[in-house]
Amino acid sequence: MGNEARPGLRPGPARDQRSLDPHQTSSSLRVRPAAFAVHAVLIAYTLLATLPVLLVVMNSFKSRRAIFGNPLALPGPDTFSLVGYAKVLGASHVGGFFLNSITVTLVSMGLVLLFGAMAAWALVEYRFRGSGLLALFLSIGIMVPIRLGSIAILQMMVDLRLENTLFALILVYTAQGLPMAVFILSEFIQMIPRDLRDAARCDGVPETRIFFEVIAPLLRPAIATVAVFTIVPIWNDLWFPLLLAPGEATQTITLGIQQFIGQYVTDWNGVLAALSLAIVPVVILYLVFSRQLISGLTAGAVK
Amino acid sequence: MAEVSIRKAVKSYEAGVQAVKSIDLEIADREFVVLVVPSGCGKSTTLRMVAGLEDITGGEIWIGGDLVNDIPPRDRDIAMVFQNYALYPHMSVFDNMAFGLKLRRFPREEIRKRVDEAARILDITALLGRKPRALSGGQRQRVAMGRAIVRHPKVFLFDEPLSNLDAQLRVQMRTEIKKVHQSVRTTTVYVTHDQVEAMTLADRVVVMNQGRIEQVGPPQMLYHHPATRFVAGFIGSPAMNFLPCRLERMGACLGVRLSETVLLAVPASRTARYEPCLGRPMVLGLRPEHLTDPREPARPDAARLDVAVDVVEPMGMETLVHFVIGATPACARVDPATPAVPGGVLALHADMGQMHLIEDAAGSVV
Repeated sequence: MGNEARPGLRPGPARDQRSLDPHQTSSSLRVRPAAFAVHAVLIAYTLLATLPVLLVVMNSFKSRRAIFGNPLALPGPDTFSLVGYAKVLGASHVGGFFLNSITVTLVSMGLVLLFGAMAAWALVEYRFRGSGLLALFLSIGIMVPIRLGSIAILQMMVDLRLENTLFALILVYTAQGLPMAVFILSEFIQMIPRDLRDAARCDGVPETRIFFEVIAPLLRPAIATVAVFTIVPIWNDLWFPLLLAPGEATQTITLGIQQFIGQYVTDWNGVLAALSLAIVPVVILYLVFSRQLISGLTAGAVK
Repeated sequence: MAEVSIRKAVKSYEAGVQAVKSIDLEIADREFVVLVVPSGCGKSTTLRMVAGLEDITGGEIWIGGDLVNDIPPRDRDIAMVFQNYALYPHMSVFDNMAFGLKLRRFPREEIRKRVDEAARILDITALLGRKPRALSGGQRQRVAMGRAIVRHPKVFLFDEPLSNLDAQLRVQMRTEIKKVHQSVRTTTVYVTHDQVEAMTLADRVVVMNQGRIEQVGPPQMLYHHPATRFVAGFIGSPAMNFLPCRLERMGACLGVRLSETVLLAVPASRTARYEPCLGRPMVLGLRPEHLTDPREPARPDAARLDVAVDVVEPMGMETLVHFVIGATPACARVDPATPAVPGGVLALHADMGQMHLIEDAAGSVV
């Protein structure tokens, strides 16, 4: 065991020997300050991101007095209360708000994925006049936030008599999600071997079916990625629902929650319960799609 | 089943690069033609032009009596096997093979029958339920061939199908391909850079160089009667020796002067053919197998040549001997029993009956 004298110098062998010799414990932690620092930063960031959410969920199960008395305490036997949930689920139109949000999010996502994948396929696969310009136009869409056009969009929707409809929101969100979707999906499509498309062509497969039956199944991980990227901002958006569909019947959940926040009195039980509930669907959607985020789906296609 | 004819086909790209420069090639029904192209120069372009995956810039391509210039690949009734197999990764082996038939709305029983038959020919019946990722390279290549066979197309196109396989499997699959062709007899165009594949598989070999056809012919003809220095050097392994030389008169006959001291007699039958080349700088082409140890009985056209051995490479069934004549490195194939040692002197017999005389500048064989 010559390494015991200078354990830090040869981390590899020292670590190997440690597994053989339980008394030698000195070296392995010392060699990884960089990894430790990275993890410290990541853990700190995770706490920063999750603690407020945790605080909201925690306090949504507490009575009003307990929320203000000790906001950082966990709900105990004395402080536990479902009054917020009862209020939210019983009283207002929260069910309708949820349905609106789910409708808008899912339909927009579907359209973004369908049109995004088709546009990406066309831009990658076919050379046509203006294809370069079109790709550039779409990438500008990534850089310029769609909210800059809010006033024009509002005017357009009013002119089309689409104000206070979910359709208006779907149109806007589809436009908002498309550039990024096209960008990500065309990267993935470029990685699909050319020969696969050519093989399908030689096999006699028409172009539309090449896309839907050969290419699209291979894009599943990419589509899941885009789906996650698309649904989260749509679900969380307050801006466009407030602008385009503030009517009672078309409010989304993020907008609907605002009715619990008054100018003088805020119903914190209601707000916190509604916020906690609003997290649930998007988490479920995320879990569904993240299961598809498996790479290596093209394994076996070539080589 | 169909003949393929390529008439004055040209392919040039926007940058002005001409990948294929006016090719003429007639391929008969049921023929197995191998395009052998050295690595690099637009190897698959010709094949992809026949398949319809590349537009042609000029000329005509006919398949089975139809002009197909403007017909998309799916209507050309061809089947292509790709270098990297290009199997549909999300489909089972059965579905990979059946996909093209399903699209053409073949009845279910017919699809089943054809796939089973192809699977039997290729010995992949046990694999039909698997996904491509669960197959080895050789199995994938069989599936790719199966996908082509079930279609019963007019023409098979093979784009370097064996170059991703390891050496042993390549030899095995080469035999498989030949066997398949013998049983289905579909017109086949096969592209490779491997001259051994070309020689072993082809009814006719087409040697291409820089987008042009150098020579077309049966493998034996290309080996014995190459038309150009390129073909002579490309076909055969180890490659033919090219020795700068000059023709001189040797009495009534001619002789090849390799250096101050070396003068080899040319067979009398070739005197008339070679006479016009007297005095000009020429190249003597002689294959290593025609530069051997003296054998009994001596060949009538054998000329003796003493060389200083540089390197000896025993191959088992034969031994390769490397040496220098004048300033040109050369190689001979000798019997393993021949006592060749590096640094020693070895007496060789040059079989001048098998010599090729090549114009130095033009590269054409006289």
